[in-house]
Amino acid sequence: MAAEGSNSIDALGQFQLHPALGPIGASVNFTQSNLMMVVAGVLILGLLWIGMKPRAMVPGRLQATAELGYDFIMSMCIDTIGPEGRKFFPFVFTLFFFILFGNVLGVFPLFFTFTSHIMVTLALTLLVFILSTVVAFREHGLHFFSYFLPQGIPIALSPLLVVIEVISYFSRIISLSVRLFANMMAGHVMLEVFGAFIIMLGGFGLLGYLPAALTLGLNTILIGFELLVAVLQAYVFAILTCIYLHDAVHLH
Amino acid sequence: MSQDTGGPDPSSENPSFAARLSAARSKQGLDAPPKRPLSDQDQLGGSPWGIGARVGVELVSALVVAVAIGYGLDHVFHTTPILTAVFVPLGGAAGIANLWRVFAPKRTDRG
Repeated sequence: MAAEGSNSIDALGQFQLHPALGPIGASVNFTQSNLMMVVAGVLILGLLWIGMKPRAMVPGRLQATAELGYDFIMSMCIDTIGPEGRKFFPFVFTLFFFILFGNVLGVFPLFFTFTSHIMVTLALTLLVFILSTVVAFREHGLHFFSYFLPQGIPIALSPLLVVIEVISYFSRIISLSVRLFANMMAGHVMLEVFGAFIIMLGGFGLLGYLPAALTLGLNTILIGFELLVAVLQAYVFAILTCIYLHDAVHLH
Repeated sequence: MSQDTGGPDPSSENPSFAARLSAARSKQGLDAPPKRPLSDQDQLGGSPWGIGARVGVELVSALVVAVAIGYGLDHVFHTTPILTAVFVPLGGAAGIANLWRVFAPKRTDRG
């Protein structure tokens, strides 16, 4: 995981996919990324199921976590999308917790961050994009296309602006997926690079110990920062999903 | 017997019970702070780094989509450089439009 050989940093090797679960996994291309997705899903279900089992009036810690999560996403949906947001709550809830657990699990050692692969974030984004477009068509029918025509513009400019609006609409796919992917990948590359620095500096003997210790401190701070980014990016993804769904339901 | 004669009255030493209760509640963090309306800047990384990353992503993603559309149309119509060249400035404009949508001063309702 750290420096390969003596003085080269293999910062991207950590993102390589390997088959998990031995020969069975290898034969169906079940990678550690898929394994982490399953782990995240099981943990989310476990949190909700075990957490909500007591059904206590005064919740314990797990139940409070589950209830807070539910409340948080529900209010996010209703505040952002409007009263119709209730319909999209299950989708946004699943999306948020899947990404949150993926991001946060990735901070732990030996675990893989599946959100650091653009294919994963792109698939999630396409899901959001297609869903919001389908919702827009179902709510408004062909009137949906008026979304691409900003109100109050000279008619001569409309061909130009429609093209720009269409490009801007499709650019959501890229911006949403790249934002999550880049944040997660950049953080882990930074951790890897500083981790390799520690080993290299430690190799210098006495002279290197102080800088190595400083780098270790920096890496510790970075891990805290990484936790912040993990939660923040899951939140950003969820709130942008809500904003897109709001646009789909209300058109502008 | 009048109301405020018998026994030590809790309100006599500290006049307002409600004020003390609310102070204790806020000290324990039981009262949620008043919600302030979130703008997009607040939601999506208020730090300079966050804003910078967002500007970059919005501009580049529009450009990528525009180039992809232009390149694809060129491929279909066999007009190789022309449509790509046409779509690149449009992509830049769409990027600016994205940014305007994010950072524009808010109207009363969400646009």
